[in-house]
Amino acid sequence: MRLLRIVPDDTKFDFMRFRRISFPLSALLSIAAIMLYFFHGLNFGIDFRGGTLMEVRETAGPADLAKMRATLGGLNLGEVQLQQFGGPSEVLIRIAEQPGGDAAQQQAVQKVRAALGDKIEYRRVEVVGPRVSGELLSYGVIGLGLAIIGILIYLWFRFEWQFALGAMIANVHDLVLTIGFMSMAQIDFDLTSIAALLTILGYSLNDTVVIYDRIREMLRRYKKMPMADLLNASVNQTLSRSVITHVTVTLALLALLLFGGQAIHSFTATMMFGVVLVGTYTSIFIAAPILIYLGVGTGRDSLTSDKS
Amino acid sequence: MLYFTRWKAAAIVLTALIVCLFAVPNFLPSQTVDSWPKWAQRHLVLGLDLQGGSHILLEVDANAVRKEKLETTRDDVRRVLRDGRIGYTGLAIRGNSVEVRIREEASAAQALTKLRELSVPLGGLLGGSGQRNLDISSDGTLIRLTVTDAAMLERIRQSVDQSMQIIERRVNELGTVEPLIQRQGNDRILVQVPGLQDPSRLKELLGKTAKLDFRMVDVTNQVEQAVQGRVPSEDDLLYSASQPKTPYLVEKRVLVSGGDLTDAQPGFDQRTNEPIVSFRFNTSGARKFAQVTQENVGKPFAIVLDNEVISAPVIREPIIGGSGQISGSFTPQSANDLAILLRAGALPAPLTIIEERTVGPGLGADSIAKGKMSAYVGAALVVIFMLVTYGLFGLFANIAVAVNVAMIFGVLSLLNATLTLPGIAGIVLTVGIAVDSNVLIYERIREEVRAGRSPINALDAGFSRALATILDSNITTFIAAAVLFYIGTGPVRGFAVTLGIGILTTVFTAFTVTRLIVATWVRWRRPQRVPI
Repeated sequence: MRLLRIVPDDTKFDFMRFRRISFPLSALLSIAAIMLYFFHGLNFGIDFRGGTLMEVRETAGPADLAKMRATLGGLNLGEVQLQQFGGPSEVLIRIAEQPGGDAAQQQAVQKVRAALGDKIEYRRVEVVGPRVSGELLSYGVIGLGLAIIGILIYLWFRFEWQFALGAMIANVHDLVLTIGFMSMAQIDFDLTSIAALLTILGYSLNDTVVIYDRIREMLRRYKKMPMADLLNASVNQTLSRSVITHVTVTLALLALLLFGGQAIHSFTATMMFGVVLVGTYTSIFIAAPILIYLGVGTGRDSLTSDKS
Repeated sequence: MLYFTRWKAAAIVLTALIVCLFAVPNFLPSQTVDSWPKWAQRHLVLGLDLQGGSHILLEVDANAVRKEKLETTRDDVRRVLRDGRIGYTGLAIRGNSVEVRIREEASAAQALTKLRELSVPLGGLLGGSGQRNLDISSDGTLIRLTVTDAAMLERIRQSVDQSMQIIERRVNELGTVEPLIQRQGNDRILVQVPGLQDPSRLKELLGKTAKLDFRMVDVTNQVEQAVQGRVPSEDDLLYSASQPKTPYLVEKRVLVSGGDLTDAQPGFDQRTNEPIVSFRFNTSGARKFAQVTQENVGKPFAIVLDNEVISAPVIREPIIGGSGQISGSFTPQSANDLAILLRAGALPAPLTIIEERTVGPGLGADSIAKGKMSAYVGAALVVIFMLVTYGLFGLFANIAVAVNVAMIFGVLSLLNATLTLPGIAGIVLTVGIAVDSNVLIYERIREEVRAGRSPINALDAGFSRALATILDSNITTFIAAAVLFYIGTGPVRGFAVTLGIGILTTVFTAFTVTRLIVATWVRWRRPQRVPI
């Protein structure tokens, strides 16, 4: 049986030359992502903004969104959003945080229950009070920060500091782009999104570390190879692995995206973007070439000029 | 790298097998498992998002605790000064302090000495913190008693402890399986009740303070005047619990309180057939109640629950048996709930629901079905892809991944961990990542073969070089999972758990199972070339 070879043996792509395109491109995309964050904003879910989320199902048949909207609009609850969710009889109701503290949120839920009548199955009800939402947000941000610092310290111990810094720049860039994507797609930004961001951080680093491992090995083995060639060789040697692994992760994510249902849809969509699109690109086109600028193997570049 | 002693091989197989075996109870009907020894019964717990249920976070009303603490302090001051026959004016609560002015300068020093006795060290005899419950200062005839922060914290902590016991009694009355009641931080209580169709009854039971008082209705003053704002100082203006809201002028003095009840049961009135709650007092409660009803025949008294008048019957004859009944527009359900609340006792301070997450059983079942479906599809896709890419070695990888997943379930069961929908996503992702370790090894072997090594050499070098990389790359993801575990709650934590365990088992299988399979194959077939 002939085995599938996605990447042919002994590829010799000149990845380092692309840095003249990839670095400005990444800078541009990062700026765009940051602009999106500030001007378009993130669609904060109730975890971080407080408020109420109800997933309901009309038991008698398809839900009449217009009628439901009119009923709930008359309750004087401020901003109420309705959205078809899954099947035609399922509706997602979002109610903005009510003024008047924690007890007011519960009263809003009771009002909605009373108004919608008993032909409704309440599949999910989430109520987050103002204080909890503030705490969850700060935990999320602190968590992301802690993870970044923890990984940085680990890489610093295992590699030289330039590698740790390079990996960090590359992967913070991943996070920035992913947040930009979440802003653009207006994906609900909640605790699950923090989980997605942390996982993206972990996996992108996983990928970067594999390439760095190879670079370190090559640095030890070929003392005289010019840095750009060495980086190119390292990326090319690990290319087959990078591609195959990304295919398997993509397959797993695809299954989750298609069959995992609405509840984890935004989670998997974010992961798909972060791990598959950005993570792969970053490891090859940002994390590896940035080592040249961070001064790994500076002694070698003079050898290059000697040769030419 | 490819040589295993017989003992080592046996140890690896045995470890993997035992861990996998712990997953077995999850796939058997619970009747079968029930007869097994306790240690073998460990199994996965489905998260609330999968089996349906309510997660409710309650917070003790710190302001109410503060107010109550200050009011007791004020009453203590009044008692001490009266007992000492010391004249005072302007006894009042200001901020976190109670202030009082002593009439005569001469007795100010004596008052200060007496009041200092109210200040006691915190934590009883054993508490060596050195902090006291009150800071007392004086300025001429003005004495100020400030409740310390430490005392307030202590009081809140006690409130939480008492509340937890009472909540437990209330929730147990609902007859649900394995409710979880847990302290969170200093002033919060987490209540998780699985499998409820409708959480509103649970919330009703949790949200009520259930402070029951029997008090006299003030018939000497006009209730109409009170409604207009002239409430006599010894009375409270309260409204009826039932619609329409009827105002009552009720004396502040409590005759008998809910704390004197020994039992409460729902029932029906024999004459009117209305739902009622019948109750029984303890001895002292019965004596007090008998005395009060003897003195006040013909006058109305009010049964007050959480500052609402449930009913205000007229005392027709002295009630000396120590039992009675409350009637007042109950439904059978509300009579039953009130009985539960009265039996469980009153909360020391009101509790507020600050977070609620409820998943209906229907959605939970759907999520399980979707989780399973995506896991099967994801696994099938990865298995096929590995076979197409690596052939025989792809089969080895698939066996290793299958062992890996079984081990994840085993470890999760061993820890009695909670499986959530994001947790299932974590397992599916682990499948994607677990093959990565195999990919790293195989790609390395391909490279070594291309570099001209003999098959055995290539396999050996491939393993030894790839394993270092596998370790490095997995530790970074593990750090992310660990952080996620610490900051996350509920479903997110479930994801962190499966991800973290998945990484551990992945590293284990890459270092042992995959290697053992390949080593066994090499010894058996003595390959002349490596088929990857």
